[in-house]
Amino acid sequence: MTRAVLQALAAHWRRNPLQFFTFLAGLALATALWSGVQAINAEARASYDAAAATLGEGRFDQLVPRAGDSLPQETYVALRRAGWQVSPAVEGVLRTDAGRVRIVGLDPLTTPGALSPVGGARDIDLNSFLTVGVLFADAATAGRLADLPQEVVTDTSVAPDTALTDVGVAQRLLDRPERLSRLILAPEQPMGLPPLEQVAPGLTRVAAQSGSDVGQLTGSFHLNLTAFGLLSFAVGIFIVHGTIGLVFEQRRGMVRTLRTLGVPLRRLILLMAVELLVLSLLAGGIGVVLGYVIAALLLPDVAATLEGLYGAQVSGGLQLRPVWWLSGLAIAVLGAGLAGAGALWRIARMPILASARPRAWAMAAGRGRWLQGAAAVLLLAVAAGIALADAGLIAAFALLGCLLIGAALALPLILGAVLALGQSRAKGVIGGWFWADTRQQLPGLSLALMALLLAMAANVGVSTMVSSFRLTFIDFLDQRLFADAYIRGVDRDRMPGIEAFLQDRGATVLPLLRVDSRLAGVPAELMGARVGPAYETNWTFVAARPEAWTRVAAGEAVIVNEQLARRAGLWLDDMLDLGGGLRLPLAGVYGDYGNPVGQAVISETRFGVVFPDETPRQFGVLGLDPEELRSALGERFGLPPGSVVDQSSVKAFSLGVFERTFTVTAALNVLTLAVAGFAILMSLLTLSAIRLPQLAPVWAMGLTRGALARVELIRALVLAALTALLALPLGLALAWVLLAMVNVQAFGWRLPMYLFPLDYARLGLLTLLAAALAALWPALRMARTPVSQLLRVFANER
Amino acid sequence: MLLEVSGVTKSFAGAEGPVPVLSGVDLSLDLGQTMSLQGESGSGKSTLLHIVGGLDTVDGGRVLFDGRDVAALDEAGRAALRRSDVAVIFQQFNLIPSLDVADNIRFQARLAGREDAAQVARLIEALGLGDHRHKYPEQLSGGQQQRVAIARALAARPRLILADEPTGNLDEATAGEVLDQMLALVGETGAALMVVTHSPAVAARMDRQLHLRAGQLA
Repeated sequence: MTRAVLQALAAHWRRNPLQFFTFLAGLALATALWSGVQAINAEARASYDAAAATLGEGRFDQLVPRAGDSLPQETYVALRRAGWQVSPAVEGVLRTDAGRVRIVGLDPLTTPGALSPVGGARDIDLNSFLTVGVLFADAATAGRLADLPQEVVTDTSVAPDTALTDVGVAQRLLDRPERLSRLILAPEQPMGLPPLEQVAPGLTRVAAQSGSDVGQLTGSFHLNLTAFGLLSFAVGIFIVHGTIGLVFEQRRGMVRTLRTLGVPLRRLILLMAVELLVLSLLAGGIGVVLGYVIAALLLPDVAATLEGLYGAQVSGGLQLRPVWWLSGLAIAVLGAGLAGAGALWRIARMPILASARPRAWAMAAGRGRWLQGAAAVLLLAVAAGIALADAGLIAAFALLGCLLIGAALALPLILGAVLALGQSRAKGVIGGWFWADTRQQLPGLSLALMALLLAMAANVGVSTMVSSFRLTFIDFLDQRLFADAYIRGVDRDRMPGIEAFLQDRGATVLPLLRVDSRLAGVPAELMGARVGPAYETNWTFVAARPEAWTRVAAGEAVIVNEQLARRAGLWLDDMLDLGGGLRLPLAGVYGDYGNPVGQAVISETRFGVVFPDETPRQFGVLGLDPEELRSALGERFGLPPGSVVDQSSVKAFSLGVFERTFTVTAALNVLTLAVAGFAILMSLLTLSAIRLPQLAPVWAMGLTRGALARVELIRALVLAALTALLALPLGLALAWVLLAMVNVQAFGWRLPMYLFPLDYARLGLLTLLAAALAALWPALRMARTPVSQLLRVFANER
Repeated sequence: MLLEVSGVTKSFAGAEGPVPVLSGVDLSLDLGQTMSLQGESGSGKSTLLHIVGGLDTVDGGRVLFDGRDVAALDEAGRAALRRSDVAVIFQQFNLIPSLDVADNIRFQARLAGREDAAQVARLIEALGLGDHRHKYPEQLSGGQQQRVAIARALAARPRLILADEPTGNLDEATAGEVLDQMLALVGETGAALMVVTHSPAVAARMDRQLHLRAGQLA
């Protein structure tokens, strides 16, 4: 019996290959975008973890040469003999025929705990690592090292484009005998150590970078991608929902017959559920493969973006990680299950002698309309309530869900009202029929139009957020990088000399002091700045009291970044305890985008009183050409060229990276819209079969097939245009939620919202183009419908 | 003469080559005349009606409507003919589901550019549709729908009305009532009427009765 029932179920798909294709393609596309984004996120996170584990950057203090890029190995030996718990590291680029590889040499015996995978490798013992020489690298990098005499072990936990090996092997490979790049300091050091200046005067200590948690830094970026993936999936699920609804309606007769022939309802429902499961796994599998392709295409851009924006090294190659392909399959099954549950429920409740005639699935106008309207109003009201309550990140995401689903449910009702208005105002007979007929088509097209609404709203919302971020970031770069050049890595002893040298040449020198601290119970950086006109002109505040900078300069007030203000619940005039008995009122809150760490700024003088031992780690220099500065400081003080950073080129680079960020966003925009366009195409194709009996009488009364085809095309365009108009305010609301709520809750800063009318107009045209392309095929089919097919509508013996 | 059909042939593609449906049909019909066309299923009745109405084309022969060769018209020409001079009443009613009764009745008249509100109102009353004018086709019974189809055809004031089994989907009592109304109203307009029917009773009400057998008039 089971086999017979399955054959009967499968027969439906054989008879309706278009529906079969729609189901598979809709679910596969939905899964593809979701799993593609998940693959990118998983790859990036794996790279962050690998970088942290391999390089130890940001986790331990380090000793680096005051000048030059290497230190003698004897210095390391001297420090160890003096009791310093340090571990050697050599770093350099190895050029092979297959490309460049960053070689990192570490000493597994002295490296601070769990810094690298060395020693943890399965088949390699420590002896062979130290003597024979073994390199660890990910698969892509290992391939580039195949010509080396050393064994290369593939280890996915190593950072991309990096090979890890013993320090001695690295010295040989890089041709740096007896030279080291840096020394890693163990967190625990013995008491009573001789001072560093005494044992190794050529070295300087660099504190662990508190802000190097790239996973946290890049969270906003990945959140955007995830939001896009989820919305794309929702759009795809609308296609699947529509298809499943149609399939189950058309099978009512078969279900009745099967039950009449003795198939138990429970068995039938179970087999239909199994059928759904098998098909969703098949579609999910196709989707995962497509997702892999999408991710592989987008990953290089994403990697470049993340490296440029956050300094995060992300592998350009994609691995088939179970975390994302399993989640892709799971969401395909879950989505199909959700879409099919309602249909299965209706079948389960259908009386055995129910009418076998399809209930005009696509024409069931008005059925449940009020229920849908009530649900929409309720969801939008909940969304408004959450917006007013402003209750946290989870609530912000709930708000997004309520807003989008509520708007999608409201769409058919709003469109119905607009079309009714059009019908009442129509003058010509064709116009009147057009509006009336369009109203009638609305239920059949609703799901596709909802998908289009969500796709376009997501585009408007996310692009508004990203573009607002871009504008804000450009402002922020101008604000922060106002100096012509920055000098980094200068030790305290040489600072007065350099400063005097620069001032003699007419430059303004702005030293920046910094200590890691806890402010108002929150981890933060306290900074000391030489406040002057440059700060007052360039920095802008999110909120500030008058004369904020004057008060900071006078040592009477402190300013903090927005993250710290929001996390610590501080605002203007609140008193902030800065440590060392210093307590100042808050005079201003400044934007500090992209920085996860709280920050407070006081005057250089005040800072010096509280932290007399701290020396500036960075100088901003105004009024001198960076190139001149670089050569002058090199000649006079022996500073390496890398110590002087030309900020105009950093700005240009950052903006270039931003444009690449938009390449990724634009690609996702187009893909989401393409899915929505596909939804319209499939809906129109499905409807075209049902449409013939409706159009044939109009043809018989004197409209040509070409004219009917044109009407069909115009109908799709009108519906798409109305949907696009409604998507605009929805998208802007989405952008507001992302900027004013999600970003604030997730990252601690509120980005100003800018509007981009030209972008929206372009997007609207793109939407119309997608709708026109989707409607073109059904319209052409209409124009080419054989007369015999139209006449069959009138045949008495149908 | 309003309609002259001479030597019309038509065949359809079959699995084993063309299957002839009409093999040299000749007939004529003038304004004010009524004619029935009977025959077994597959005898070519509906095909002939479709050809006369400009819905289908001929393989051979001529169909002259008011002296114009319908066979020589292109699709736009045939569409114009259907719009202005011919109205078809189908067994399946074929109303436009998105329009209410009143709009359905007005529809073809407006297409033909001959809408007459008084005429529409009179037809609605004459066919007993006054209480249903704002209803949609799905809300009507079969008899009511066929009355709407008849009203739609008459409201356009065509010169030729073609009816394909106009009462085939109705019970006997309703069929008789609808036929009476149709004949009375067609008589008032002076149009020519050609009815395809299986029913001898319906055929008997026409001025002339023709029979089609194997694609030829008997």
